[in-house]
Amino acid sequence: MSGMNEYALLLAASLNAGTVLAIAGLGLLVNERAGVLNLGAEGMMLVAAIAGFATSVHTGNDWLAFAAGAGAGAVMAAAFGVLVIWLNTNQYATGLALSLFGTGFSAFVGIRYTQEKLAERPHFDIPLLSDIPFVGPAFFRQHPMVYLTIALMFGLVWLLYRSRAGLVLRAVGESPESAHALGYPVRRIRLLAVMAGGALCGIAGAYLSVIYTPLWVEGMTAGKGWIALALTTFATWRPVRVLLGAYLFGGVTMLQFHLQGEGVELPSQLLTALPYVATIVVLVLISRNPAWIRANMPASIGKPFFPGS
Amino acid sequence: MFKLEARPQPSQVMSLASPLIALVLTVLIGVALFVLLGKDPVKGLQVFFVEPVKNARALSELAVKAVPLVLIALGLAVCFRSNLWNIGAEGQFILGAVAAGWVALQADAQSSRWIIVAILAAGVLGGMAWAAITALLRDRFNASEILVSLMLVYVAEMLLSYLVYGPWKDPQGFNFPQTVTFAAPTKIPRLFDGMRANIGVLIALALVGVFTAFLFRTYRGFALQVGGLAPAAARYAGFSSRGALWTALLVSGGMAGLAGALEAAGPLGQLTPYVPVGYGFAAIIVAFVGRLHPVGIVFSAVLMSMFYIGGELAQSRLGLPKALTGVFQGLLLFTLLACDTLIAYRIRWSAKP
Repeated sequence: MSGMNEYALLLAASLNAGTVLAIAGLGLLVNERAGVLNLGAEGMMLVAAIAGFATSVHTGNDWLAFAAGAGAGAVMAAAFGVLVIWLNTNQYATGLALSLFGTGFSAFVGIRYTQEKLAERPHFDIPLLSDIPFVGPAFFRQHPMVYLTIALMFGLVWLLYRSRAGLVLRAVGESPESAHALGYPVRRIRLLAVMAGGALCGIAGAYLSVIYTPLWVEGMTAGKGWIALALTTFATWRPVRVLLGAYLFGGVTMLQFHLQGEGVELPSQLLTALPYVATIVVLVLISRNPAWIRANMPASIGKPFFPGS
Repeated sequence: MFKLEARPQPSQVMSLASPLIALVLTVLIGVALFVLLGKDPVKGLQVFFVEPVKNARALSELAVKAVPLVLIALGLAVCFRSNLWNIGAEGQFILGAVAAGWVALQADAQSSRWIIVAILAAGVLGGMAWAAITALLRDRFNASEILVSLMLVYVAEMLLSYLVYGPWKDPQGFNFPQTVTFAAPTKIPRLFDGMRANIGVLIALALVGVFTAFLFRTYRGFALQVGGLAPAAARYAGFSSRGALWTALLVSGGMAGLAGALEAAGPLGQLTPYVPVGYGFAAIIVAFVGRLHPVGIVFSAVLMSMFYIGGELAQSRLGLPKALTGVFQGLLLFTLLACDTLIAYRIRWSAKP
């Protein structure tokens, strides 16, 4: 029985870890579908993580912390968006600049919060359901954000494939020239998509520092922003696959802790490297078939659009 | 309201003025930040721009940090000019340090001074090998070099940490995660007594010449750049894009590895988990601010090195976190990219919004 429970907890922890990646990945999916690749995810998540953490320390309200994270992410994304969309700067270089800036900036403002602790973290048990053996502890004792993320995925599926706004968004990503010719404000739509992506990366960062860890440590995302970027490729830009991929990676992260706890005869550093190696392996498996990637990739991704040229 | 209007020809003047404008903007933002934090902005500017160059010892320290930046950025310039986005130089730097460290650990007090050649060669090979993984996965499986090279940074950090906590740990090191101090003959020779700047300075300057010649005077260098600017034209001309991929990644990996070797056998003299300090990422900024030109890279590396030293001084003298360095570095790249718009476009002011 205790063995069963251990697996239930492992599942629960994987869902929780995957949620961080899922929120960020779904956000990046939005701006990539509009044709903008933002390599600044890591920087946005870090700045949002400290913004959220500081808000939670001062107000004690986690939902305000998520809002602060979303705001921080959106502001950073807007700066990136203005540069790549209006000034036509290189998207790779600008995204990198955002990541480098965010890493430095978050460390700079976060220095005062490295010793801070958050108030007792709340527990969320869904009545009745959480008492079911195995299933309860595995699925029904999570933070509401875990369920909201699943709802977000369904919302995105509806938005992208069932709504007019989603159709326009995809059109802007597939063929900005045509969307422009039809009279859609391509650049404003792209900016909104980039800011939405930034806001979601921000919520992911705040969830990481306020709920998941819950601590502020310099550079605490440890590559999660980059893994989320890889996720959108793995998922061939489909929301459902982003979510499932994120849980899979959450599982890999947790498996590594589990194996360390079990005292497996492997050096802990090699186990810690596991999620990164897994990212490379999956990336190779998916990218092996260029036709598949190309068929799903938003056609204008990474390319600037300059109306009237 | 203003509009951007494409220039008939990219502006040469703006291409050189842009880094300077970006620097001015970064300094202005910096001054505003100091005022906001209640610090004297004059003192702030002093620790960043005067202290690092005030005497020979300070200049030596400036060189110690500028050398790895120049070396890594030279390699990255080749990569970025070929439109290949190797952003994992930090990992290649670590592997260079690890490979060089392995050779250095084989030496003892009686070893010949020539072991330094083997140490540097090992560093280059280590960095190349690590970059080769990225090249192979991109070449064979079309995997994004951006994500693979970056993921390999984390893997390299773990590998280094495994070695210094495990098999390479100094048995007499009071359980600190570090190797033994390398034997005396492995020490990279210093240029002047009592100062840390070593022959890495000369190696870097010589390589600036080599890279200038390679990029602008050789067929291979030309082919790489055509491939970066106009892949279709390169294909038409029969330039191999696979050749460009491997050349650019191996060259940049080798340079980062060389920087790692010079660092390990130079100022550090042993391996610890703290070998990587972000030179591989800062070098990306150095390469761009230096206009991806070897000579420009020297200037921007010195500037970035001033940021590092200024950050350390701001911590000890003004009580500001050292992370200030990263803030300014990121800001500089951000403002530079914005200013670079003026190379290809000019601003037209219009009365009507």
